[in-house]
Order: sequence, then C-alpha cells, then structure tokens
Amino acid sequence: MTKAILATLTEPERYELHAPSILFETNRREFFKFLGTGIFVACAASNAGAFQESGRGRGGGESNLPKEIDAWLHIGENGEITAFTGKVEVGQNIRTSLSQAVAEELRVPFASVRLVMGDTQLVPFDMGTFGSRTTPVMNLQLRRVSGAARDALIELAAKEWSTEPARLTAADGKVLDSTGKHSATYAELVKGRQITQLLPAEDPLIPASDWKIAGQPLPKVDGRDFVNGKHRYPADQTLPGMLYGKVLRPSSFNATLQSADTSEAETMPGVTVVRDGDFLAVAAATSQLAAKAAAAIRAEWKAQPQPSSKELFEYLRKNASSDKDAGDSYVAGNVESALSSTQHKLSSTFNIAYIAHAPLEPRAALAQWDGDQLTVWTGTQRPFGVRQELAAAFHLPEDKVRVLMPDMGSGYGGKHTGDAALEAARLARTAKHPVKVVWTREEEFTWAYFRPAGVIDITSAVNLDGKITAWEFHNYNSGTAGFRTYYDIPNQKIVFHEVNSPLRQGSYRGLAATANHFAREVHMDEIASSLKMDPLEFRLKNLKEERLRAVFEQGAKQFGWNAPRKRNLGFGLGGGYEKLGYVATFVEVALPPGSKDIKIQRVLTAFDCGAVVNPDGLRNQIVGANIMGLGGAIFEAVEFDNGRITNPRFSRYRVPRFSDVPPMDTLLIDRKDQPAVGAGEAPIVGIAPAIANAVFAVTGIRLRSLPMGPLLAAEGYKLS
Amino acid sequence: MAANFSLRINGQSRTIEAEPDSTLLMVLREQLDLTGTKYGCGEGQCGACTVLIDGRAQRSCLTRISSLAGKSITTIEGLAAKETLHPVQQAFLDEGAMQCAYCTSGMIMSAVSLLNSRPHPSDREILQAMQGNVCRCGTYPRIVAAIRRATATPEPVRL
Repeated sequence: MTKAILATLTEPERYELHAPSILFETNRREFFKFLGTGIFVACAASNAGAFQESGRGRGGGESNLPKEIDAWLHIGENGEITAFTGKVEVGQNIRTSLSQAVAEELRVPFASVRLVMGDTQLVPFDMGTFGSRTTPVMNLQLRRVSGAARDALIELAAKEWSTEPARLTAADGKVLDSTGKHSATYAELVKGRQITQLLPAEDPLIPASDWKIAGQPLPKVDGRDFVNGKHRYPADQTLPGMLYGKVLRPSSFNATLQSADTSEAETMPGVTVVRDGDFLAVAAATSQLAAKAAAAIRAEWKAQPQPSSKELFEYLRKNASSDKDAGDSYVAGNVESALSSTQHKLSSTFNIAYIAHAPLEPRAALAQWDGDQLTVWTGTQRPFGVRQELAAAFHLPEDKVRVLMPDMGSGYGGKHTGDAALEAARLARTAKHPVKVVWTREEEFTWAYFRPAGVIDITSAVNLDGKITAWEFHNYNSGTAGFRTYYDIPNQKIVFHEVNSPLRQGSYRGLAATANHFAREVHMDEIASSLKMDPLEFRLKNLKEERLRAVFEQGAKQFGWNAPRKRNLGFGLGGGYEKLGYVATFVEVALPPGSKDIKIQRVLTAFDCGAVVNPDGLRNQIVGANIMGLGGAIFEAVEFDNGRITNPRFSRYRVPRFSDVPPMDTLLIDRKDQPAVGAGEAPIVGIAPAIANAVFAVTGIRLRSLPMGPLLAAEGYKLS
Repeated sequence: MAANFSLRINGQSRTIEAEPDSTLLMVLREQLDLTGTKYGCGEGQCGACTVLIDGRAQRSCLTRISSLAGKSITTIEGLAAKETLHPVQQAFLDEGAMQCAYCTSGMIMSAVSLLNSRPHPSDREILQAMQGNVCRCGTYPRIVAAIRRATATPEPVRL
C-alpha cells in the first residue's frame, strides 16, 4: 500500500476535526511546583511538531509552533513514576497498555508507574481519544520519553561514578555497573535534583521481540476499584454544597423557546432557575427537587416540520451534494469507459440507519467556579476540546478553565462534545454553588448525536475470470472513513456526497467504516456469487496487500471455511483495513425453516494490529467490537418523527444482551516486526457483512440494509 | 412530604429523611454517597443499579424507599469482607470481565443473587439471570466465564 493511500485511510473523519481557533499557553509554573524535584522528560518544540495531534504541535504553519516545553514523564525522589497524557481511559484499557509501555522502556516494575490522564492542567495538549490513535501515537511517544529518561539516569550515574554510560545498564528501577561495584535506584539518583531532559530526536527503542512487560496479558491496573465500586466515574463526582442540575429540553429538534413561566419553580426552596437564550434549566439540592422544579415550568417552543425516519433514505438522496460539488472523492483510471465496455456489470444500493452509542454512563459533568476560574469534571473523549468550548462559551482565556476526565463509562465516539459540561457550568455560575448535571437515558438517546445514516450505491464490472475492472462507489452522508477500496481495481470512482443531516450526527466507533465495509464486502459477495466463485477465493484474486490476505487466509483456516456446511447453516465473511488494522471476520448463522431471527452460531475474527501490546486487553476489544457491531448489524436503529426520537429508551431500542452473543473466537496475528497500532475500532467492521453474506449463503436472500433483522422479517423468509 | 425511613444497608442501620417516592438509587447515591450503584436507564432495563434486597437482585431505580422497612440491603460496597473480595468480585478480576466497567457493579450483584439461589447454575440459568444486565462494551462472554469461575465448576461456556 502506498504512502498516499495510507495517509488517506488514516485521516480522521471530517466531523472529528475540531482544531482550536484560539490558542492560549497554560502557565506551567504550578505544574512543576506540584511535582517537586526529580527528572522531567519533556517533548521539545521541534519534536512535538511531528505529532500533530499530541503535544504542543497543533499543526499549521510555523507561527503555531510551541514556545514552551511540556513534561511527559516524571521520576520522583520517592521512586514514583508518573506519566502524563491527554489520552483518556474509556474502557479500551489504555491506562494499562500505556503503563506497560512506560515500564518497558524505563525498565521499572509495572506497578511503580502511575498515569495522569485527561487533566488539562497537568497533561500536554491532546486533540482527543479517537481514531484508534492512542497506540500508534501515544504509546510510541511514551516509549520514547521513557527511553530518554532511562538514558538520562544512566548518564547521571556515569558522572557520579566517573565511568562511561556504556558500562552501565538499567534494570528493575536501578542503574548498575557491569562490575557490580555500583548500584543505585532511580529515586536515589534523582534525589535533591531538578532535571529537565529533552527528548532526543532519534533514540532507539526496545524492539517488540525483546519486550518483557509490554506484550504481556497484564490485568487492568486498577481493576480492584471497579469490582468493589470505589472508582468514581464522572457521574459519581461530588463537592460540598453541590446542587443537581436539570435542563428543560425543547419539544423537538431545532425548536426555539417562545415563552417560559418559571414563577412556580422559583418559589421552591433553594431552587435556581436559569434562562439564557434557549437554555432553560434549574438547579436544586436533590435531583428529585430539580426534576420537580423543571416539571413546574411551563415552556412553549416553536419548531418547523422535520423529516421522519420512514422517509430517511429518499431524503438523503434528494438532499445530497451532486458529483460536481461533492465532498471527498477518489478517481483512478476511467470508470465510465470501463463500465460501458463490460460484459458483466452489477449494481446495488445499501441503506444505513442512524444508531445511538448509548454508553451505559450517560453524559455527566460537575462544574465549580472559583471567581473567574472554572473547573469541570466530565466524561469526554476530548478534554481539551471541552476546555475550548467552555472558554468560548464563557469568554474566558483557556488557562482559566480546567477540565478533568475521570475514567468514564465509555463513549464509543459519542462523547466528543462538552454538552453536559456547558450546562453544569452555566447553572453553577448563577447558582453560586457547584452543580452536577447527569443526563437521563432519554436525554442521552435524544440530545447526544448519532452515528450518521447513509445510502451507498455501488456499481462494478468484472472479467469472467474474476478480476474486478471497475468500481464506482457513492456514499451519501454516512462518511468517508473506509470508503476507499483495498482491492486492486484499475478503474475507480469513489465519491462522498454531503447531506444536511436531519439528526445531529458525529463520530462512532469506526465512523463510517462500518457502513462502507458493509456495502463493499456484501457487494464483493454479490459479484462472487454472480460468477459462482467462492467468496474467499474471489477476494484473494483481487487483493495484493499481504497483511490483509494473511487475516483472510489464516482466519479462514482456523474457522474451517472449507469444511462441509450443514443444512440450514451458512458461512459468511467480511473484512478489510481500517485505522491501520487488518481484520477478517467469519460467522456461521443458523436459519432453520420458518425462522425470522438471525441466530449466529459462532464468530471468528482474525486481526493484525502490528506488535501486540496487551493480548488480553486486545481480545477484550475485538470481542467487544464484534458484539457492538452485531447490534447495529441486526437490530439497532434510531427512529424519529418530526424532530422527535420515538424510541429513546432501552425498552424500545434494543442493544445486544447475553442471549445474543454466540461463542466468539479471536485469532491474533502478532506482528512483532510491525509498529503497534490501535484496536478499538477496526474489529467492528467485519461482522455486519459477514452476517449478511452468511444469511445469503443459507437463504439466497440479500440483506442490503443496516439493521438487517427487520428486512429479513419483511422478506417473509421461509425455508422449505 | 418528607419522612424518616430506617434502612439496613451493608449491615448498618441508617435513618434517612426522604420523600416516600424517592428511589433507593437516589438515596444511595445522593444521601449515602454509595456511588458504586449506577444509574443507567431509570426503567429497570439495564441492570446498572442492581442491589441485593434480602439477598435477591432488585433494580434500585424502581425501588421506592418506602417499601424497604425491615429489609436488608447490600450494595457493591458491602460485598467484600474487609480486604477479601467476594468470590464473584474476585472472579471478575481474574477473568478480566470488564472494559469501562460501568456495568460491573450491577453485573456482580445480579451474579451474586443467582449464586445465592442456585450455587451451580446451568448456562441457561446464567443467561436467564443476567439477561436484564447490559454491557455496552460487549464483555458478555467473560462475564459468563467469571460466573462459572465463581461457582468453582468451570465448564466450556456455550451461550
């Protein structure tokens, strides 16, 4: 795969880009005071530039280059090792895997490493935790600073003992000389000193084949705090004198507030009412009183008629940008002439519903004002983004705003914004008390944002020997992630058409890659079937990329792709390349006569994300991504009508549960010769097409919509 | 009208002043600072708020405080015997049966309730008992493995 293609494929989705418009440098003096003496390893300006999404380098021209140094790692004279990162823990287990990286390069016991994550006052700037960038970028960055710290400690010891650094080694938190004459712990070496070490431009890292701590299936670092209920999620934060906030939501999307009678609520004891433009909310000493006060307000809203989910797909197509002024596109060869001269052409259309992230912890924030200094604890994947939103909303410089992100009840791409933080801060300013806002499940299902819906059209041409000659792909609204094909096709036209979405939409685990892989991998199956070729053989015939071939081939072998298939059972596969990871998913479905439910018998996912940092955490992510993907594949869909969500509850919006889960196998292809990359997203893309293709294999029915369940039922499926 | 309610929570007697229609979940989280019990849906559909009432799993978001006279309530904070984790808690750790872990308290309480009544449940019984608990991260296979481990009868799990 060429570099240019790689760059395209790894770019964040358009709606992930939130570059800061105003930059303020935070005063770091307090930070150094907080840490005391020891060694700081820092990322200097010239190095940070290489990491556009992390560190002070924020991309852009020379004038945006950082003027100060950020600390990334600190070794205290008590022996405590603290690493600082803007990445956040949302269940993907990076607190553990990043700690492994630090311990590995620094050569210290795993348990001695502590991570400070997502606290804007203490950690270097970071765009956010999305796009599966933590492992390829932050893991590498922390390895580099840890290696630099280790070398600085060796140099320190060499000076002390009047010897050459090359004669010394670092192990288990100590520097030793080869004769055994000298030995000192890191803590002893840094005692009484304050040292700043810059990150060298080039510094060799320990190769993955020599890893001792990284690469191991270590358990979640603070797992005990999660099984005994001690860990405090954003929604669990409290402060003395704290009030509970409740926002009055509009009657429908895009509604404006016409009038509000707040007189009754205002007479309730200790209730604060805030009306600021269309923002109408209350705060009270208990959540119950806040809910009662909110219910006592009579508000009138005005809205325009809006589309409903029944007419969604026609709407998307009608309101899309044309080819000419379409958004992103990719062209190779001449697809028009290849399609017009073909013997064998195939077209299909795919519909993709909006789905909800529904993280089990809804959006939550606790805000506190101290004069014009604002502190907010909130669940977000972008603490610095939320800091910027708050600073803009309250006309403050960014260094007057501190955002802290306690490890949260997940996000799946759904918590990029600071909605609850803004609401809590607005209420707290008027109430003159700290205020906590925790969204209800219905608010989360309605006022958060959704995985974009979409329509995808594919037209292809193929030689009768099974080589694809043309590929035309149009994506309406769902997004560009994974919309380029990794199959080797000479004539291509791939176009993204923007649509003014009827619902608020944004990132989701894997972004549009789920929709784009679904359409592509089902269409691949359709071509194979039209040629009476085996779907795996057909893919391999059109695929050069070795690592992608490897997951297809090795996965097929372990799954038993070529084993005889029993009656009423179907095999299907789907896979691809996403967020630098290679994935192939194989499923077996059962559809006994008369059944309308897709019963999955077993799943196998083969995955290559380079050198594996933590195989246990990785398997958890792969299985989890498949189960989440299964929901969107078979039954999840947000329904709406005239600006209202009509299924905003778990009783009406079905998510995967215990009984939906078949046995799930994972095949890890541990490429120690390749850089470690992320795994939170890529493994979600294979399951939906694999299910659709397996259903076709057993029934002959093509399911070209996500979710597929209602479609199969509508087909009135019967097997004689 | 607010009234006083006497509750027995994690082995201790507590007197709470609350509205009779207050839910146990609100009282635990807002008045007793027992935040290990989570809000997830408010309609008894996700199981994040599960506690034990007289040893049986109940959804605290649907339980009125006025219905609890004379009953014994156990939350996730009261499950371990000081430093020794309950076998189900330990099994969740040993199996790595969590991701974001927001569902974990409720999962553990539902599992403890199951094992209180059925010390050696079948796979079908495990599914039935756990079906009301949602894990959005999709850790279900490991949770089943953890429950199996806690029963000390590890068997291949086939859901």
